[in-house]
Amino acid sequence: MTIHHDDPGLSEILAPLEPAEPAVMQRLHERLTAAAAEQHTLDIAYRTVDSPIGKLLLAATERGILRVAFEVENHDAVLQLLAEKLSPRILFAPDRLDPAARELDEYFAGTRREFDLPVDFSLSRGFRLSVLEHLPRIAYGHTESYAQVALATGSPRAVRAVGTACATNPLPVILPCHRVVKSDGSFGSYLGGTEAKRALLALEAA
Amino acid sequence: MEPKKPFELVVREHGPTVLRVCRAVLGDHDAEDAWSETFLSALKAYPELPAGANVQAWLVTIAHRKSIDIVRSRNRRPLPVDELPVRPSGLGVPGNGHREVLDAVGQLPPKQRQAVAYHYIAGLPYKEVAGLLGGTPDAARRAGADGVKALRAILFDSSLSYVKEETP
Repeated sequence: MTIHHDDPGLSEILAPLEPAEPAVMQRLHERLTAAAAEQHTLDIAYRTVDSPIGKLLLAATERGILRVAFEVENHDAVLQLLAEKLSPRILFAPDRLDPAARELDEYFAGTRREFDLPVDFSLSRGFRLSVLEHLPRIAYGHTESYAQVALATGSPRAVRAVGTACATNPLPVILPCHRVVKSDGSFGSYLGGTEAKRALLALEAA
Repeated sequence: MEPKKPFELVVREHGPTVLRVCRAVLGDHDAEDAWSETFLSALKAYPELPAGANVQAWLVTIAHRKSIDIVRSRNRRPLPVDELPVRPSGLGVPGNGHREVLDAVGQLPPKQRQAVAYHYIAGLPYKEVAGLLGGTPDAARRAGADGVKALRAILFDSSLSYVKEETP
């Protein structure tokens, strides 16, 4: 390439300083997340995992797993909401999510029936929280109707509210709202799509 | 008012520019330390940053302070000349010539180097550059202009002599 010395623009002069190497940026990013975790300024760490029901976003605070999101929810939008609701100190930091990623892998491989992860319930409160806390008591491979869940949480008439609590479950799969179905045995709706719900129940029936 | 983005997006959007600024001000060797300390501080203070603030200017301000700290703590000249080996010029070749430009920037007096980095690389107006360097916007503008002039002189002289040597 010919070098033009006559009167190159300044941007041309400074262009070689562009840190184009993704490896450098990646190294700096890893150093930042490690130091932030150590100083307890990394409020929310996230990563994604591939699964038979699509790519899942996983987010965790220091207290535990906070959010699992389906692709249809738009992962960028989910992170933006977490920034507004909880804290904008959010970084892509896979390490904190390693145990969750491993347990989900095992679950989808059919070798795990229960999740053994600390959970951060910060995103839920009140009746919805009671419903979420009940969900892990529905055993693997079993289902309950919305009415049964309403009864179990001490509000037998709050069937619709159970539906809302399931539809806004911030931790699908890990808190198994897919095990809650309609009284007539049909699946009922699911944030990740009816197909995903069907796939999870089929996996557990195998 | 636009809501605050996840900090991850701040790193992705501004990380490369801040690294260029740190490299120009400190040289390669200390630039990564300055970058790391800048973003670690920024993460900590991020929730308190007013919504709608100019994030890049804020980051450059932090990087400026961190660079001063690094220079002070190592108690030496910002860019030791003896650490900069002379190498063949790659100027004009995309992705190359990094070392030559960095050497040239490193030969500038600190004020000129900072003025070039903050104005031409980070895009701060001279009023804000003056806020960082002290002195008037006019003085900052002069430092920037002098820096650019010196940079041109250094780069063309050295690369011309190199081209001459390599021509059979």
